[in-house]
Amino acid sequence: MADLNKCTIAELSEKLASGECTSVDIVNDVLASIDANDGKVGAYLTLDREDALAQAEAADEKRVAGSTLPMLGIPVAIKDLLNVKGQPCTCSSKILEGYIAPYDATVISKLREAGAIMLGRVNMDEFAMGSSTESSALGKTSNPWNFDHVPGGSSGGSAACVSADEAIASLGSDTGGSIRQPAAFCGCVGVKPTYGRVSRYGLTAFASSLDQIGPITKSVKDSAILLETLCGYDPMDSSSIDMDVPAFGKNLTDDASLAGMKLGLPKEFFVEGMDPEVEKSVRDAVEHCKSLGAEIVDVSLPNAKYAIAVYYIIATAEASANLARFDGIRYGMRIDGKDPADLYAKTRSAGFGQEVKRRIILGTYVLSSGYYDAYYKKAQKVRTLVRNDFTEAFKQCDAILAPVTPTPAYKKGEKTDDPLKMYLDDILTTPTNLAGNCALSLPCGFASNGMPIGLQIIGDDFQEETILKVGHAYEQSTEWHKARPSL
Amino acid sequence: MKYEATIGLETHVMQKTNTKMFCSCKYEYGAEPNTHVCPTCLGYPGALPVMNEKAIELICKAGLLLGCEINPYSKWDRKNYFYPDMSKNYQITQADEPLCLGGQITVEVEGELKTFTLERIHQEENAAKNTHVAGASLVDYNRAGTALMEIVSNPCMSSAADALAYMTAIKQIMQYGGISNCDQEKGQMRSDVNVSVRPVGQKELGAKVEIKNMNSFAFIQDAIEYEIDRQISVLESGGTVVQETRGYNPDRGETFTQRTKENAHDYRYFPEPDLMPVKVSKEQIEQWRSELPEMPAQRRVRYVEELGLPEYDAGVLTASMDVSDWFEETMKHTQNAKAVSNFIMGEMLRLLSEQGLTISESRVTPEKLARIIELIDAKTINTGGGKQIFETIFNEGGDPKEIMEAKGLAQVSDDSALEGWADEAIANNPKPVEEYKAGNPASINFLMGQVMKASRGKANPGAVMQMLKQKLDG
Amino acid sequence: MPEKHDGMDVGYVAKLACIDLTDEEKTLFQGQLDQVLNYVEQLNELDVSNVEPTAHAIPIYNVLRKDEVGSSLNHADVIANAPSAADGHIRVPKIIDQ
Ligand SMILES: [Mg+2]
Ligand SMILES: [Zn+2]
Repeated sequence: MADLNKCTIAELSEKLASGECTSVDIVNDVLASIDANDGKVGAYLTLDREDALAQAEAADEKRVAGSTLPMLGIPVAIKDLLNVKGQPCTCSSKILEGYIAPYDATVISKLREAGAIMLGRVNMDEFAMGSSTESSALGKTSNPWNFDHVPGGSSGGSAACVSADEAIASLGSDTGGSIRQPAAFCGCVGVKPTYGRVSRYGLTAFASSLDQIGPITKSVKDSAILLETLCGYDPMDSSSIDMDVPAFGKNLTDDASLAGMKLGLPKEFFVEGMDPEVEKSVRDAVEHCKSLGAEIVDVSLPNAKYAIAVYYIIATAEASANLARFDGIRYGMRIDGKDPADLYAKTRSAGFGQEVKRRIILGTYVLSSGYYDAYYKKAQKVRTLVRNDFTEAFKQCDAILAPVTPTPAYKKGEKTDDPLKMYLDDILTTPTNLAGNCALSLPCGFASNGMPIGLQIIGDDFQEETILKVGHAYEQSTEWHKARPSL
Repeated sequence: MKYEATIGLETHVMQKTNTKMFCSCKYEYGAEPNTHVCPTCLGYPGALPVMNEKAIELICKAGLLLGCEINPYSKWDRKNYFYPDMSKNYQITQADEPLCLGGQITVEVEGELKTFTLERIHQEENAAKNTHVAGASLVDYNRAGTALMEIVSNPCMSSAADALAYMTAIKQIMQYGGISNCDQEKGQMRSDVNVSVRPVGQKELGAKVEIKNMNSFAFIQDAIEYEIDRQISVLESGGTVVQETRGYNPDRGETFTQRTKENAHDYRYFPEPDLMPVKVSKEQIEQWRSELPEMPAQRRVRYVEELGLPEYDAGVLTASMDVSDWFEETMKHTQNAKAVSNFIMGEMLRLLSEQGLTISESRVTPEKLARIIELIDAKTINTGGGKQIFETIFNEGGDPKEIMEAKGLAQVSDDSALEGWADEAIANNPKPVEEYKAGNPASINFLMGQVMKASRGKANPGAVMQMLKQKLDG
Repeated sequence: MPEKHDGMDVGYVAKLACIDLTDEEKTLFQGQLDQVLNYVEQLNELDVSNVEPTAHAIPIYNVLRKDEVGSSLNHADVIANAPSAADGHIRVPKIIDQ
């Protein structure tokens, strides 16, 4: 076995171009590693081997015919909330049992156009509500670095499969940190693009004004390549921004210099209760960037501390409406009732898990008569303050360095009984979703218990190129991303 | 005690667009169920709405026609409630920033000019259609998500007659403006009616009762009258009117309780995150204004001033747009406006109503009517013959000239034939002859009728009259 | 926001959301959500009376579509996804107007 599953997109593209391997070889290696390890990791929910191999054969034929598409023959795992025509799309919920997507999400069409292979569907927190993938109704996913630990969430399956070399890359979605946090917990690279950069059409909505789809990969360069494929204006998504997509992949140069760059360090992001090992790794990373020529400046994001309060009002309110469509009428699970109202209540009570119910109820409450102004409207106003903070900060720096999470991946079951405690862990990732700008997470160290630690690089609106450049320079001159869990 | 009623209307009008409000599915009435549906209008996971440009244009033009101010900035909201005809279980609508603000129309109610004011017009999306069968209901989502605007009046009306005049005017303006066909049978125009009653002189309004979702003007009228009476009798018997939503049962001619205030919905409105706000520039408004078609009032003036028609004719012809359009089409083929008007107001409208047809279904086309009038004007046939031809074509179809020939309707102006009939009439009717000679000119009409009868309607009436006068006066 | 949140009626709110909760769920959620609402009260520290609300992080305007007919879904797929169907319609329990 050539261990092609352990390679990056960039490496495989070279091998494929030189004829050193075929796409079928890659898919076979990936399938073998899934067979060997997914029993323990639990990343995949559905996997159609024949279909994956057929796609690989088609890709190989295309290559023979002269195609040089950027993702040609590269298998990508799909978070289970993206619609792929003819496939189930469960969002890790019982309520979507039986639903077969009749259309492709725009990012799926883009992946197809770029030649990628749709590998399988991976686990997540139910409807992306959670930070540990423990709220999935369909399966348990473990952190490949230690099976007793959570992989993070909600894109836990997406990060775990990449970390375990059960996929070359994957797609996740990030509403409050759901790409960056599992990437950090599993030692991968993940990008939350600027809101509007990547079409949300076909992404089952959690919180429409916050959701963005993004890549989870083994290197910054791979994230750049995959992100480039995902971005672009889509007339099917009214929030999609009509602007040119830079050649993220090609534009990354291998010189690791950060000379001339100003990187901001927000004091508010080194929060009380932060794990000292996380703080040390991140501060070391900051020093490393300085050694690469960056100037480090202090910036302030004074309202970021309100992000969790704002986030859990806005996200749950939007979710309460977005998830109203899961009612047992047009698709999915149905438990019959004596009238429609009875049917709804029975279906939704049985179909949704506890975390989803909890959030729907919270979101319904903050919108209900007499409370809208007090909660929702107020949260929208504080959201303005959070965004203004970033606008001010980016007047002083090109990108912001921060931790991704206050702690490394914790043990399973540790926070499931205390939702607020779990919500508070999103304190460092939610500000970016509220403000709309982009951010990247990449490995910057390990805790003494062996769990990976992530560095967050936050960019201004549509400054993905900047954060990729910083991340790439850091990665080029460090070894963290090369470490692999022993399975 | 004397009471007065206060009435306000929320009128839903479906715009004339090819596609739905937020997706590119076709709007087609009567299509096979669930064939014009897509992930967006079915509320499938991941689907998103995108605004229909034409719908925005049409609602703004409706606003301009109704004297509204076009909101330079408007936005979208979600109205949350669970119902099988609402595929997402929220309706996309406009809560606090609608596209059109204010507005008014002036209409004639029982001979008096009244102005009714509007609060707003907002854009929303239609619901699916439910049909009820034994033990179940069936849902067809073809109509789900079609463009629907809601015209909200102020509580400014006080009688069923006011409401009827208001709705008639709205319908006329929407049709003339090309905004909507307002075909009530197809559910393209439906109203919710708010009715309250208070003692005359009382400042504050009485408890408001909303009667939901009616499409027939006659039912709306009946429902309002019933509701006013009901509320007055509740008050007179010392009771209080309950603020509630009621339905109207046309079979019994009564309204009935549907939902009381206690179990009213909590719609949890909030800004729709999937849609971006709309900004309308002054230039855009002026552009739209310049494209507005002629309204019925303008047409009436033109018919009187340019075509020389009586006011009465102009009113009848413009009452419905398809009749007015038909009239205009006919005028492309003839100059004789009054003759066209007479045929439409007389034969056409009578036959249409007798047979329950619309003017577009008439076998008499504008061109055929023009040719009938041409034959009359050329004195080839008389008016009576023209009417016979009209009715024949209306019932059986055919060509005016061929029917004229087949029925032998060509006029007789030939002197020798007329002379024979005239002499006969004079000889057989000495009494009218005597009266005429004694100074009663009207008596000649009887003789005239005899000649026409003898000619089986074919005599040229002008020539007959001349001939009779010649003989009697001479 | 109420200075001190007045405690939500979890049962009532769940009903609005068309979810039936068991008594255990009601008790559990009541405690957990009260905690979240207490936490959220920190927003009261801020005076936002002069701040505009943000509905969209990156606001744009007039995202419009031409009124041109596009493709609809295959009817058979729509019916296949429906848990119950009859005569080309989606079948639901009898709707009784509330
Ligand atoms: Mg409405
Ligand atoms: Zn549609």
